[in-house]
Amino acid sequence: MRHFAYSRPATFDEACHNAGHTRFLAGGTNLIDLMKSDVERPAHVIDIGSLPMHHIEDQPDGGLRLGALVTNADTAAHPLVVERYPLLASAILAGASPQIRNMATNGGNLNQRTRCHYFYDPAMACNKRSPGTGCAARGGRNRIMAVLGTSDACIATFPSDMCIALAALNATVNLHGPDGERTVGVRDYHCLPGETPWRDNILQPGEIVTAIDLPPAPFGPHHTYLKVRDRLSFAFAIVSVAVGLCMKDGRIGRGSIALGGMGTKPWCVPEAEALLDDRPPSHSLFRDVAGRLLHGATADRDNAAKIRLAPRVIERALWQAVSGTPQSQTDKTIR
Amino acid sequence: MNVISTPVGQSVSRIDGIAKVTGQAKYAAEPHPPGMLYGVVVNSPIARGRIDTVHDAAARQVPGVVEIMTHLNRPHTALFEKAYMDGLGVPGAPYRPLHDGEIHFNGQPVAVVLAETFEAAREAAMLVRVDYERWPHNADFKVSLHQKYMPSKTRSNYVPPRPRGDAARAYALSTVQVEGRYHLAPEHHNPMEMHATTVIIEDDGAFTVWDKTQGPQAVQAYLAGALALSKARLRVRNPYVGGAFGSGLRAVYNVFLATLAAKMLKRPVRVTLTRPQMFTHVFRPEAIMDIALGASRDGTLQSMIVEGVTDTSRFEHNMENIVIWGLINYRCPNATADYKVAPRDTYTSSDMRAPGAATGVNLLEMAIDEMAYACTMDPLAFRLHNYSDTDAMHDMPLTSKALREAMAQGARHFGWQRRSMPPGSMRDGRELIGWGMATGIWDAMFSPTSARARLGQDGRLHIATAASDIGTGTYTILAQTAAEAFGMPLDRIDVELGDSTLPQCPTEGGSWTAASAGAAVWLACLSLRRKLIDMLARSKNAPPWVKQDTVTLEGGILHDVTENGPVSLSLPDALSLAGYDALEAEETAKPGLRGKISQMRKARFTHSAVFCEVRVDAELGTVRVTRLVNAVAAGRILNPKTAASQIRGAMVMATGMALHEESLMDERVGRFMNHNFAEYHIPTHADIPDMDVLFVNEHDDEVSPLGVKGVGEIGMCGTAAAIANAIFHATGRRHRNLPITPGA
Ligand SMILES: Cc1cc2nc3c(=O)[nH]c(=O)nc-3n(C[C@H](O)[C@H](O)[C@H](O)COP(=O)(O)OP(=O)(O)OC[C@H]3O[C@@H](n4cnc5c(N)ncnc54)[C@H](O)[C@@H]3O)c2cc1C
Ligand code: SF4
Repeated sequence: MRHFAYSRPATFDEACHNAGHTRFLAGGTNLIDLMKSDVERPAHVIDIGSLPMHHIEDQPDGGLRLGALVTNADTAAHPLVVERYPLLASAILAGASPQIRNMATNGGNLNQRTRCHYFYDPAMACNKRSPGTGCAARGGRNRIMAVLGTSDACIATFPSDMCIALAALNATVNLHGPDGERTVGVRDYHCLPGETPWRDNILQPGEIVTAIDLPPAPFGPHHTYLKVRDRLSFAFAIVSVAVGLCMKDGRIGRGSIALGGMGTKPWCVPEAEALLDDRPPSHSLFRDVAGRLLHGATADRDNAAKIRLAPRVIERALWQAVSGTPQSQTDKTIR
Repeated sequence: MNVISTPVGQSVSRIDGIAKVTGQAKYAAEPHPPGMLYGVVVNSPIARGRIDTVHDAAARQVPGVVEIMTHLNRPHTALFEKAYMDGLGVPGAPYRPLHDGEIHFNGQPVAVVLAETFEAAREAAMLVRVDYERWPHNADFKVSLHQKYMPSKTRSNYVPPRPRGDAARAYALSTVQVEGRYHLAPEHHNPMEMHATTVIIEDDGAFTVWDKTQGPQAVQAYLAGALALSKARLRVRNPYVGGAFGSGLRAVYNVFLATLAAKMLKRPVRVTLTRPQMFTHVFRPEAIMDIALGASRDGTLQSMIVEGVTDTSRFEHNMENIVIWGLINYRCPNATADYKVAPRDTYTSSDMRAPGAATGVNLLEMAIDEMAYACTMDPLAFRLHNYSDTDAMHDMPLTSKALREAMAQGARHFGWQRRSMPPGSMRDGRELIGWGMATGIWDAMFSPTSARARLGQDGRLHIATAASDIGTGTYTILAQTAAEAFGMPLDRIDVELGDSTLPQCPTEGGSWTAASAGAAVWLACLSLRRKLIDMLARSKNAPPWVKQDTVTLEGGILHDVTENGPVSLSLPDALSLAGYDALEAEETAKPGLRGKISQMRKARFTHSAVFCEVRVDAELGTVRVTRLVNAVAAGRILNPKTAASQIRGAMVMATGMALHEESLMDERVGRFMNHNFAEYHIPTHADIPDMDVLFVNEHDDEVSPLGVKGVGEIGMCGTAAAIANAIFHATGRRHRNLPITPGA
């Protein structure tokens, strides 16, 4: 870890108007690790813990606003989240460990960085960490890397579970920056690596995530978060699927689906979701949806298993949602 | 007072438990001598080459940095490679930290930053830049297989396989044949406590080195040799060790570098490794075994051909006993085995819990399961059908082998008889249920060990030996042994371990500590008891009833029954009547003539039978281990509670071996890439079911003086295979690579 300046501003204006190489500190479960590993080297750490973003608020439209500083644990346990967005609670509980979820915040989860081994190890070439050095993950040990949305420059997986549910729920991200406030759909929040893999998301310098807005979710019990990982707890997804379905008389009215562990960002394909519109559930339909979601998936050296596994996980998740029996995150049996 | 009349064999909780959970137990990185410097190691990012230039100007600018030690400015060390040899007996040229500018492996230390604070040392370490001249390397096991060889000088504990019959011919003639290549990924030990050293400089200039090691006397000898220091002025301590599993069998570079820095700067120094640095030294070698089994239709094994290769470094020849186990454990008229090592440009692989057997037994037991199925025989029945009552490889009788009983008891407990044979035939909803089993075998070893027993005026019995309790419960079982041998309540016994100045004890490993140190403590206590009564009987102040053959020592009190009724004497009184402040006795347990003859004529092993249930999602292939039963035959069990913990811990580790643990080598750079606990997966609670451990009655007074065989490693052997075999039973799919990960 290198020397850095530290401040804990009380207002957004103070927090946003800082020149130079700064990083916001929320729960610190990701940032501090990266600083210890010499991956992040901010000159100035701005602790945003005093900013007023600690609440979950009911919205007039029946939605919810999740403050950026509410912890993942508190969010998953909040009665309104449990009642209206069990899919989100489930995805959060599928991630990390209780200790980490107690520290981790919603804003931090959205902005967490990839777990690519090569990104984490400053001895290795990495375009995301050190632009222009190359991508050591290509041709390397990359069974955890992405197969969708990759570029020549970077194949890093976006690792969050929570954000996969947020994408399926079509959440919106509220930002406060030096030039004022704006909102962005969560599906547009993260960037594809393209030629600029160092940009994880659309956040501009000085911009802070203040809250995440959830629109009303009409899924009832027809949702699930299904995560396949290397061990039964405390591991990032190899493949995960968040699904919400509006069911009517045994037919799917409309569906929302996002993939985790597979893409360089939460992976959503509107054309795949459109296939579900007003259709009865069937194996062939779900196979088509999976095929459409995985269209263009490309494996590198070690991660072809993801492409083999994903269709089966997608189909199972869709059936779980259809039958209104979402995956439990404590009983590890996959129903 | 809690008096247990026969403390040995009781489930006594750890006597060091309170010290551990209250933070009083001091580990290697915890002493804080005044003026201590913090050392942070800089590691090489390349696998082979030479250091061109070390750019340390920026690092030296960091306030608090005192020195940056490299091969260029380090103080004098031993001239000859031989001086770096350690007790493990790995042939070759040991790696010498900071010896010169040559790089032998990725992660090799190239500099140590020493600073007044840890933060300064770490920051400066990040600023050290090193230019290298890169040389070609190979870190790919598949490539190194082409260069496999048999070292001309073998490792001291290496057991060469002994062929019998004509295995090739018998295989060709066998009606049932199974052949395949089995593979185990490299693994890292990853004890919870990371390797660390604190060097304290005593007033007279002597060094006290607190090190995380399994052998304080071995580290003392190593440092004395490698750093040309006098043994008399070098004390190594490791009273508490937070797990090791073999990673502390050889001196790790932190102890060399910390001591070297203390010598250079004449200041106390601490060097701790980070978790990523735990992936820059010893690991369990990657292994392949080519196995060919032949049997007649009735399930009688006719031929066994086992060819194994493990990796080693380019500079040392690490060897393991991976190919012999099937030859020993199965009655099969024709058998042969071959073993070689394959060199690659990494650090030297070495012993990790049940070295050799964890690899060899598990991979072989997977093949045995295939053979049982090829013969359409129940896997347990197949093993019983081919059971050997002797060491079939050396054609030697065994001191004991209660494996048959272990199989029977384990099977009964598990409910094996309810198993339906065809794979995929047991199902619960979407889950396929699989039942698998395997047997385990491991050496039962005994090494010469000394211990001291001392009775003080306070009436307490003090036991001392240079053994290491690496978290296994050694303190506790030695106290129990002393309590029984001396006739003393457990709570009046102190045990001192982990100090090179104590009576000689071999490095903790191989599951021999309970048998060896236990025997030494037993002898020392008997000797002290005899001495006490003798001295007392001889003293003119002593009561007349004190005689060697009539007096008893029980509950810490001397008793006798005379015509006038019972009489007794407390130990402090006995000492003062005898005219002593304290009495002590030291004894060495070693095989006597009878023991030596027995060692030549009889083989000795622990055995186990492991049963496992898995549930596998029929479509996704995800695996859950839902039951594990391990029936262990390990001679006398000194403490069922700590012993069962050892077995359970090993079963957790073996579950990791079967399903999770794999150090991912990037061959292009020779570096293990998943070097942290987020990405190197060890089992979590969710991965581990209730585990039942049964100890089978096995009386064996030949194997070691106390009839103890040791339980530290047997739990590894067979468990991973039982899981893999259960997965086959569930799904009908054979996996020959461990670990079996999602999508595999
Ligand atoms: C061992 C381990 C296992 C894990 N497993 C999982 C898992 O299985 N699934 C999963 O989803 N996650 C997992 N995580 C990741 C965890 O969810 C994240 O570390 C956590 O959500 C980050 O939140 P934080 O508040 O601690 O962020 P911090 O570490 O404080 O910040 C992370 C990043 O976000 C930025 N940031 C934080 N808040 C804001 C804001 N309001 N506005 C703008 N920028 C901001 C910071 O500047 C920093 O760059 C794991 C983490 C660890 C260490
Ligand atoms: S995949 Fe991306 S994060 Fe990983 S090494 Fe390549 S550029 Fe870096």
